[in-house]
Amino acid sequence: MTAIQIDSVEKSYKGFKALKGVSLTIEQGEFFGLLGPNGAGKTTLISTIAGLIRPDVGSVRIHGHDVVRDFRAARMKLGVVPQELVFDPFFTVRETLRLQSGYFGLKNNDKWIDEVMENLDLTAKADVNMRALSGGMKRRVLVAQALVHKPPVIVLDEPTAGVDVELRQTLWKFISRLNREGHTVVLTTHYLEEAQAMCQRVAMLKTGNVVALDTMSQLLRRVSGSSLVVHLKHGTLPADLRHLVAHDEHDEGASNGNKYTLRVNDYNEVEGILARLRAGGAEIDEMQLQQADLEDIFIQIMEGESHAGAPVR
Amino acid sequence: MNAFSVGFKTLFYKEILRFWKVATQTIAAPVVTSMLYLLIFGHVLEGQVQMLDGVSYTAFLIPGLVMMSVLQNAFANSSSSLIQSKITGNLVFILLPPLSHWEILSAYVSASIVRGLSVGLGVFVITAWFAHLSFTFPLWIVAFALLGAAILGTMGVIAGIWAEKFDQLAAFQNFLIMPATFLAGVFYSIKKLPPFWLAVSHFNPFFYMIDGFRYGFFGKSDVSPWTSLAIVAVFFVVLAGVSINLLRGGYKLRH
Repeated sequence: MTAIQIDSVEKSYKGFKALKGVSLTIEQGEFFGLLGPNGAGKTTLISTIAGLIRPDVGSVRIHGHDVVRDFRAARMKLGVVPQELVFDPFFTVRETLRLQSGYFGLKNNDKWIDEVMENLDLTAKADVNMRALSGGMKRRVLVAQALVHKPPVIVLDEPTAGVDVELRQTLWKFISRLNREGHTVVLTTHYLEEAQAMCQRVAMLKTGNVVALDTMSQLLRRVSGSSLVVHLKHGTLPADLRHLVAHDEHDEGASNGNKYTLRVNDYNEVEGILARLRAGGAEIDEMQLQQADLEDIFIQIMEGESHAGAPVR
Repeated sequence: MNAFSVGFKTLFYKEILRFWKVATQTIAAPVVTSMLYLLIFGHVLEGQVQMLDGVSYTAFLIPGLVMMSVLQNAFANSSSSLIQSKITGNLVFILLPPLSHWEILSAYVSASIVRGLSVGLGVFVITAWFAHLSFTFPLWIVAFALLGAAILGTMGVIAGIWAEKFDQLAAFQNFLIMPATFLAGVFYSIKKLPPFWLAVSHFNPFFYMIDGFRYGFFGKSDVSPWTSLAIVAVFFVVLAGVSINLLRGGYKLRH
């Protein structure tokens, strides 16, 4: 079953095109990452999914319901955690969650509200006014508000921005449980290690376009191996190894002292590199083998030099 | 359908709770302000002027002050709630759920009516001690109080949607609502005005709300209460139509 269907969505603000024909299909039960640098269009896309922004062109459907024409049915299926730390200063945590339940047409929702508060470590703060909460606690309430109606599709826009480790762990534990129970989770984050740990599939946005869309495992496979970082005590890098130097160090003219980052596609290549260094008279001071991760592929894709070739759509 | 009526009830309850939690500011303060108007104008002008035959000036003034309080506080409720929610960003909690445009409008307007009538009742209870008031046609009193509060609550929704900062809302309140209320015959009968301003007053819908409301007390008015009722009712329908279209189109709410 398709959870979110985004078809050719375009959105402009006063001449600036924030989304340039974005199309995505997210299946029910997926843990999906939406990544990109600031200004890539992530929040615009999420706001379009949530019905807070209306697309100039294209459509978005949640469980088959158009978010503009059939907005009531679409919004019942969707829970959104906004990026901004917003709250209503008139109410306590429990009042806030009861009101949010009511907006979704739910009466007598206290059992689930208690469960959500318990899972987000909010129970002790249930009767505390929102103004008196710390930033991290307010963030937890935002997450709880998005979950009061048990939506099958949950969208988290930078949920861990500026929050402590404890909340991150609590949040991911609860969100992972919901995902295992069948909820679709769409996540935007600048913490790529979180995306790598949580997401099964990822879309990367750049200047309003989807520039990569693949499963996490396939994306990681696209990275051209690992990196061998060597710091030479004496000598220089032999000429026949210079083609392995990472691109950014070429740009800097290898001026980073005697430290070189060399691309290795296979661990077996390491032995040959070390042999060449010794033969060339270089002495190694420090050495580190770095495993490629999502950040590497993110940087490659954002710099437009994906080693996997053309972006997959 | 039931789910959406829960939505209306919840938003209505939230709006009531919002102003009730700060009742000193939202209920008590405007009651005191109206009391001061009565003490000052009633004391200075009692016995000096007669606006309606057989009605003392203080008695004439009380329904005007009550209605002015109803109108101004109904406007303040919906407009301040919306602008605060917009500026602090928590309006998103109303925009994300499946609330219909009708549910949003009717909840904000209903809560405005409750606030307007609460303040109006407070003003009446305090000021009624100062003059002998009759209740010639109580149904007219109720009808104009309800319609007046509904109209100003709806205007508050429009102003709250339109305004992007407190300054703009203050301009709406000070340059439109306040003059229209003061110049609608709260303190005087428009028959006492020169012909030009008498004619101008007939284009002010607030005049019909106050004149019709006063008719309920004394059975006397500047124009027929039926005329006032018709004008006020049409005005409400037009404003409700404008509000619904703004909400449906997402004007300044959904970009």
